[in-house]
Amino acid sequence: MPSPILEVKNLDVTYTGRHGLSKKVINDVSFDLHPGETVSLVGESGSGKTTIGRAILGLAPVTSGSITFCGETISNISRSERRRIARGIQVVFQDPYSSLNPSMTVEDILVEPMQAAGASGGRDRVRELLDSVGLPSDSGSRYPKEFSGGQRQRIAIARALALDPAVIICDEPTSALDVTTQARVLALLKDLQQQTGVAYLFISHDLGVVNLISDRIGVLYQGSIVELGEHVATKPQHEYTKRLQMAAPVADPKKQRERRAARLKLLADEKVGAGRL
Amino acid sequence: MSAETPNPAATEAPVPVAGRSVMKRLVTNPMGAICLAYLLFVIFLGLSSPFLAPFQPNQADLNAVNAGPFEPGHLLGADSAGRDILSQLMWGTSQTLLGSVLVLTISVAAGVTGGLLAGFYRGKFETAADWVNDVIMSLPSIVLLIALYALTGPNVMVAMAVFGLLVAPTYYRLVRAVVVGVRTELYVDAAKVVGLSDQRIIGRHVLWAVRAPVVIQSSFILAAGIGIQAGVEFLGLGDPKQASWGGTLQNANNNIYNNRFGVLWPALLVTLTILALVLLGNVLRDVLQSSARNKTLRKDRRRELARKAQQERTAATSDLPAQDVVLSIRGLRVGYPDGPDSVREVVHGVDLDVRRGEIHGLVGESGSGKSQMAFSTLGILPKEAVILGGSIYQGGEDILADDKSMKKARGHRIGYIPQEPMSNLDPSFTIGAQLVYGLRAVKTISAKEAKKQLTTLLAKVGIRDPEGIMRLYPHEISGGMAQRVLICGAVAADPDLIVADEPTTALDVTVQAEVLELLRQLSKERGLAMILVTHNLGVVADLCDTVSVMKSGRIVEHNDVESLFEDPQQDYTKELLESTRRVELLEV
Repeated sequence: MPSPILEVKNLDVTYTGRHGLSKKVINDVSFDLHPGETVSLVGESGSGKTTIGRAILGLAPVTSGSITFCGETISNISRSERRRIARGIQVVFQDPYSSLNPSMTVEDILVEPMQAAGASGGRDRVRELLDSVGLPSDSGSRYPKEFSGGQRQRIAIARALALDPAVIICDEPTSALDVTTQARVLALLKDLQQQTGVAYLFISHDLGVVNLISDRIGVLYQGSIVELGEHVATKPQHEYTKRLQMAAPVADPKKQRERRAARLKLLADEKVGAGRL
Repeated sequence: MSAETPNPAATEAPVPVAGRSVMKRLVTNPMGAICLAYLLFVIFLGLSSPFLAPFQPNQADLNAVNAGPFEPGHLLGADSAGRDILSQLMWGTSQTLLGSVLVLTISVAAGVTGGLLAGFYRGKFETAADWVNDVIMSLPSIVLLIALYALTGPNVMVAMAVFGLLVAPTYYRLVRAVVVGVRTELYVDAAKVVGLSDQRIIGRHVLWAVRAPVVIQSSFILAAGIGIQAGVEFLGLGDPKQASWGGTLQNANNNIYNNRFGVLWPALLVTLTILALVLLGNVLRDVLQSSARNKTLRKDRRRELARKAQQERTAATSDLPAQDVVLSIRGLRVGYPDGPDSVREVVHGVDLDVRRGEIHGLVGESGSGKSQMAFSTLGILPKEAVILGGSIYQGGEDILADDKSMKKARGHRIGYIPQEPMSNLDPSFTIGAQLVYGLRAVKTISAKEAKKQLTTLLAKVGIRDPEGIMRLYPHEISGGMAQRVLICGAVAADPDLIVADEPTTALDVTVQAEVLELLRQLSKERGLAMILVTHNLGVVADLCDTVSVMKSGRIVEHNDVESLFEDPQQDYTKELLESTRRVELLEV
């Protein structure tokens, strides 16, 4: 097995509040990501899934533990060092509305990363990028507000691809989209992975979406990974994962009735179990 | 989709301001054009004084001492020393322009730079800069400028430079506030991730956001600069050898008994110039900060549309809905203004019946019009929305036909569960106070009785310590808990129908399952009918009895829940189902 491209070891993130009160939001999280692989982190609000992504991107402070990319440490390094080593990690955010500057044309948005890297290619590369995410090649001169949510997310994906990254962190990239749009964007992400061999760290609250796109899944609960493996979504071991899986309703009234009954039974069993303890 | 706004126009971001279109819109605005023309005239007056002024500023003509206006050679008259007032004002104009540009340059340089750095980096620099600004703002500027005179003598430019520093905090505070908001925008994070340096992020992304407010503020600062400069000169702190607006005013004022009209001209010039700048600032605000197109409907057009809808209603032969129907929507059409005269229809004549105890799912994607239907039923469409036609029958009355029956229905017979539980609770009141207030608005009972009823009901919606919760403020409870509180408030008045607009979209999936369980139980116990607006087909399958699928303002398919999921007829329904099932975990 080749060595991992991204390695997170014993990561802790603690936020210090105003009155010196500190809150540990990430507690001893470790996982790795291999080239061309998709690893997902799934959890509910407050589980710390977004914070892990931001810590890897250098947007959240790392209290202890280490993050290495291609063998080099990227936790707690300066912005200029990060610019040198960590250009290979890019991001697609959840909200396609606030992640694109409304005053810039699509072309300016896509050229920006290349200018920052001092890379050439310019206009031709923009056309190539637009083409790869399935947008018409004349989109470059238009502004983000002229596009729908799904199209904006495609622009954000094109921006992430501009520097040929080895890793893209996808922070709930489809949760603000309609279900038909979501399906198309997920298919696009898969296609791009096959073409470029990019690895994804996919962050989501939706076990179903994660199951569709991931090679391995980690389940986060209150800042810790409770379960990590290949079949987490279909054969959950941990109680919390089971609850999570049972809670998602199925788009089929009969099956949903069964699932509902199973969920209520699971909860009742847990209560009995807890009562005995 | 989760953040579907009721108003399609509101989702549009403020227009990016490209230089040319702003200028064009400024000139096409009558007020803007007048102010701009006047200010250009003043600038012309100042620049042309060496060539066009009839006299040198200090050239005395003893024959014209105290000459009134319109005397030959002296259009605006002359002062006590026989100096031509028009020439003095013209020569003074360049002085005034220079002074106010100086104020602007220094205040922008100090205030905007400070605000950018403090807002972007925050931390210790911000604390220090805030402190300095607070100190400067506490200084009385006129007193300081008079004290300065003792130090520098009659030098208006130095005084103006100091005044520039004194008004810099206005820019500092404005810019800092905007930057603090912008730095948390995701596009700034994205710029950091692609490796942009801080200078480029500030130059490219942050500076753009502060551009419009700074331009608007500059207009007001220029006005203040002109006022202060004229004031300082009027007090006699200017250079008496140099012509100036304030100096001319001072001379004329001292000589008012000999030449009554002398004060008129400088006073008029100062007043009009300040007025033009302030008004220009207002126009700039409209042009820079409003949306691209004017999307408000003319008032008479709005009335006409309402009248038409009402006529249609009375003309329609209403087939009275069946006995057990609690809500019946007929031919509902809703539109939004597209310009002063045109309306874009977003709901195109929709029919819908909900029976007692029925949970009716209204599914569709963003922009399908499903929320518009819900808001129409509750009478809470955004202000600019127009109901173009149709009726909503509730208890035998058309609640669209007159406001009174809408008011009577709302709260009493129709309850509402919103999408965002947190933003639908008032943060400044306790939960108990809000619930009691809401219940007493629709039921005539004592506060004590209301409290008793609500406590029982809170326990029923699954809140363990109802009395404790009543004493808490909304920020002290979780989102799931807040949604239970709102559900309690919606059912408290014992309505026949609940309109729930994406009631679980903002919640975690485990909490969602609990809330759905609660809604099912309430509907069963109370025979409560429900319209459940959602994008989630899983939620529909879990809770609903019947489903209507909406697309682009029309119901494309309607059936009971099992038939629709088993045998969808329309391609669109099939596509929705397929997309949902693709990301579903079936093998449990």
